[in-house]
Amino acid sequence: MTREEVRAAMLRVLGEIAPEADLRALKPDVPFRDQLDLDSMDLLNVVIALHAALGVEIPEADYSILATPDGCVDYLLSRLQR
Amino acid sequence: MPILTVDMTAGTLTAWRKRVGDAVKRGDIIAEVETDKGLIDVEVFTTGVIERILVQAGETVPTGTVLAVITEEAGTQVFVARPVPGAPVPAAPPAAPPPIAETPGRPRISPLARKVAAELRVDPASVRGTGPGGAVTRDDIERAAADRAQPPARPVEAPDRQARMRQLIGAAMARSKREIPHYYLGTTIDMSRAMTWLAEENLKRPVTERLLTGALLMKATALALREVPELNAVWRGAEAVPSPAIHIGVAISLRGGGLVAPALHDADRRSLGELMTGLRDLVRRARSGGLRSSELSDPTITVTSLGEQGVETVFGIIYPPQVAIVGFGRVVERPWVVQGRIEARPVLAATLSADHRVSDGHRGGLFLAAVDRLLQEPGAL
Repeated sequence: MTREEVRAAMLRVLGEIAPEADLRALKPDVPFRDQLDLDSMDLLNVVIALHAALGVEIPEADYSILATPDGCVDYLLSRLQR
Repeated sequence: MPILTVDMTAGTLTAWRKRVGDAVKRGDIIAEVETDKGLIDVEVFTTGVIERILVQAGETVPTGTVLAVITEEAGTQVFVARPVPGAPVPAAPPAAPPPIAETPGRPRISPLARKVAAELRVDPASVRGTGPGGAVTRDDIERAAADRAQPPARPVEAPDRQARMRQLIGAAMARSKREIPHYYLGTTIDMSRAMTWLAEENLKRPVTERLLTGALLMKATALALREVPELNAVWRGAEAVPSPAIHIGVAISLRGGGLVAPALHDADRRSLGELMTGLRDLVRRARSGGLRSSELSDPTITVTSLGEQGVETVFGIIYPPQVAIVGFGRVVERPWVVQGRIEARPVLAATLSADHRVSDGHRGGLFLAAVDRLLQEPGAL
């Protein structure tokens, strides 16, 4: 998958969990928790949905790497390329 | 119209999920109601056949209004509207039933109108007749069918709902502070065992079955309530009645503001995995619509966790008719003295606000101590 495809998948997942959010205004380096008001339940649902969409297994220890949009895309790309 | 929250006075029936003649059983969802807490699925509390529908989609009626009549298997008629324990009697009287009340048994209706009603699946008893002596005519039936096809007449606008929800929360909390003699207790719990166990446990679980700290806190609370059951009670009139079942109301913040606290039923009897699944489902439905009426009316105690927002200590206000609320703050690393040495440990502030008419600080203290003790053995939860 390309970076853009991974980013699109991430945005689809976020759109389902935070439908009221303006994802076009998402800042690439600011944590989801801060800009989308996501809590730990939301973040768990993001991880589950990304796993379902991309088939990527995300260990709990890696959650902090996925905290920002850019961090999330970089991480998913690296896992997909393994 | 069931009273789903303590200060609810009216609701808008947005859709029927069942029709006249349909068989229903206890727990089935028969209708959707728009309230200040969002769209709520109304459950039925008996088994039988829907005999009549008295409130049409789009109508806003006071709580206590009979929505439908169900004939039970034994032939007894019951009315769909169940009040929440301890809720005030609605100020507005129930809506007058349609003219059928004047002609018990069968509505006055011509054979042709009855045939059209059957074709259009309209309950003649729910239609106001305009014919001679109030008889239901074909035109009445066709008009009722056309009205039913219209979208809900008055959907609640989001800003209105927000404002109304804020009013209701304010009214419930003002009532609580005015009427309930609160006492407040707090304790700090060493969470190192619980957090270590949780991390190890989640390594074994597939992503869809991972646990959050909240599941441990709910289970510890539920089990501790078995030891201090007077905190798990609701007021019915002048008496606080302990509940044999432990239904924890989970405070869930809604996107855009407001909150709702639906019940996590039988929390003490569910495994951690089941509790986690239940929590995920409750949060999803609370935020997207689809809570069930029993989930709003059944909580016997509330748990509120504000650690996500960085809060360390919660000073809760009891939600009437309950008699206690438990608060959890954020798990934070703090210096902790262990056998004379200072260590950095993850700790959590647990608080209890309770009704002094029902319990005292000694019993409340025992409850918090039990929560602490249970969290020290997370594998046994």
